[in-house]
Order: sequence, then C-alpha cells, then structure tokens
Amino acid sequence: MPRIVVDVMPKPEILDPQGKAIAGALPRLGLTGFAGVRQGKRFELEVAGEVTPELLEQARSAASTLLSNPVIEDVTRVEVIQEDAE
Amino acid sequence: MSVETPLIGDFQPFPSASAEGSLAGVRVGVVTFPGTLDDRDAMRAVRLAGGTAISLWHGDHDLRGVDAVIIPGGFSYGDYLRAGAISRFAPLMEQITAAATGGPGALPVLGICNGFQVLTEAHLLPGSMIKNNSLHFLCRDQRLRVENADTLWTSDYAAGEEIVVPLKNQDGQFVADERTLDELEGEGRVVFRYVRENPNGSRRDIAGISNAAGNVVGLMPHPEHAVEPGFGPDSSARGEVDLRGGTDGLGIFTSVLKKLVG
Repeated sequence: MPRIVVDVMPKPEILDPQGKAIAGALPRLGLTGFAGVRQGKRFELEVAGEVTPELLEQARSAASTLLSNPVIEDVTRVEVIQEDAE
Repeated sequence: MSVETPLIGDFQPFPSASAEGSLAGVRVGVVTFPGTLDDRDAMRAVRLAGGTAISLWHGDHDLRGVDAVIIPGGFSYGDYLRAGAISRFAPLMEQITAAATGGPGALPVLGICNGFQVLTEAHLLPGSMIKNNSLHFLCRDQRLRVENADTLWTSDYAAGEEIVVPLKNQDGQFVADERTLDELEGEGRVVFRYVRENPNGSRRDIAGISNAAGNVVGLMPHPEHAVEPGFGPDSSARGEVDLRGGTDGLGIFTSVLKKLVG
C-alpha cells in the first residue's frame, strides 16, 4: 500500500523551543557534535489504491491547509513512498 | 434571568444589570468543543455581567441567533496537530467565521486562550502561538495593560488601564512576522500587553490582539476567571483585594453587553 509522506518543519525564523530543549539535552548524553536541533513533523497518508495526480494534489492541499500552519511552519516534502521502499 | 447559585457568598449580578435590565436581553454564545474546559466559567462570567449565556455546540450549524460569541479555553481536540488546528474546521466555526467577517455589524467574537489559538488557525486573527519559551505550563496571576479600549470587548476599560487575570497555558508564545507586528502596532490592534514580565516570550509582550474591524479579539490570559469575589486572583490592579477577590476581568464581559444593548 503506497503512502504519501508529508514533512512539516518550523520556519527558520521561528524559534523552536522544543528543538532548543533537545539541543540542550544532547550534551548530557555526551553527544556534543551538534550545533542545533529543529523538531518537525512527519505525516503518512495511506492510500488504498494507486496514487493518482489528483490524489497527490489532495495531499498537497491537506499539507498546506490542515497539516501545517503557514504562519509558523513550512511544508518541506510531499512525496509518494511505495510499500517496499525505505 | 436564570443564574447559577454561587458556591459561597451572595450572587450579585453586575450592578447596572438591573438598572439597565436590557443587558439580560443580550445573548452571548459560548462554544464547546471536545476538550473545552472553560465554557462553564465563560457562561458564568456572561451571567455575572448581566447578560444571557447561550451554550453552542461545535458540531452544530446554527448560531442560535446569538449577538456575540466567546470561544473559551481548554484543549480542544486534545491540542492534537496544533492547538486549535482541528477545531477550526468544525461546522460551527464556519458559521462563526462567516458571521465575524460580514462587514459593519459583524458578529463580535472573543477567543480566550485555546479560543485565541482557534481564531488564529481560522485566520480571523493574524499570527500564531507556539510553546512557551520556558517549555513549562504556566499558571499564575498575570498583570496586563489594556492598550486599546475602543474594541467591543474592552470599552469598559480606560486605555492604559492595568488588570490582573489568571494566565494558564503551554502554547502561549505569540509569534508573527515583523511586518504583521508593525501593522498590529500601527493600527492599534494590540489590545492587551503583558506588563512587568513577559511570561512566555510573546513578541513585543503581546497578550491579545484584534482584527482590523475590531469585532474579533483574542487573548491568552483568562478574564473569565477574574469576575467574581471569592473565586478570582488574590490581587487586582485596582489595589488591595480580599483573598481571591480580584474581579478585573469582568469589564471584558460588561463591555460587549453594553455595546450590544446600545
């Protein structure tokens, strides 16, 4: 069953308090090589049949209306993933 | 007028409620979503101010002829996805959005806390809310300055007047791009500002804003929890008060009632 993956990230200019907290925790594990962390979201839209261009367009529409808030977030990826991929 | 029996003390509706008995004729709807917490408190605040509170259900398509709407605080849909993101698409929200953007005489709408988040998601108000910069859930009595006393929801205050009302949220940090912030400031649409201390990192200490027409107002702190002696904050911007005696938030509710009756 194919899935459409949608990635949403906080806009670069928006402070990401959660990412900051994670960045603060990493050195406590001895992982000191990272300059920063940004936390985003990944959605997987499952498709029962075939992914048509119309369906992909619907996914893009979902990504920009419901799955992300354009004031604070960017949609960074809308991509079809086949079952055997990844 | 039907009123709830107070838990302690004597119930006293706003003094002018009897003198201006017509206040009771103003119907203020309060929306309940799954996960809303403060709908009962908001309805009680409307009644204490002298108006008639009408319960509205998010799944309905009917505004029941109300004169104004309050979207109260809580965690609608568990704050899943983003605070207010799913509520925005509730059937009743479509009605509210249409009525609130109808030009002169448009429906007055107040969003408190989660209600403010719903209004930004619905694009009735600009900007958005992200997690408090401390990452902690905050619950405290918060001092605010009423920056704009010309809105339907703040006309009982004087511009520059300070009030103390509870603040309790996790996603309370107001953010918007610089252009939007300049626009809000320039047009006098910053309605409430945090004073003394910015509790959550909100841009330019903004606690509440209005739309361009002034009928839609949203704020993160909770005026409906500061309306009744015995149940309010321990402090008031107006001076010493008895324990839990702060009622600085009542003016929000009397403002809209008086405006609508007039």
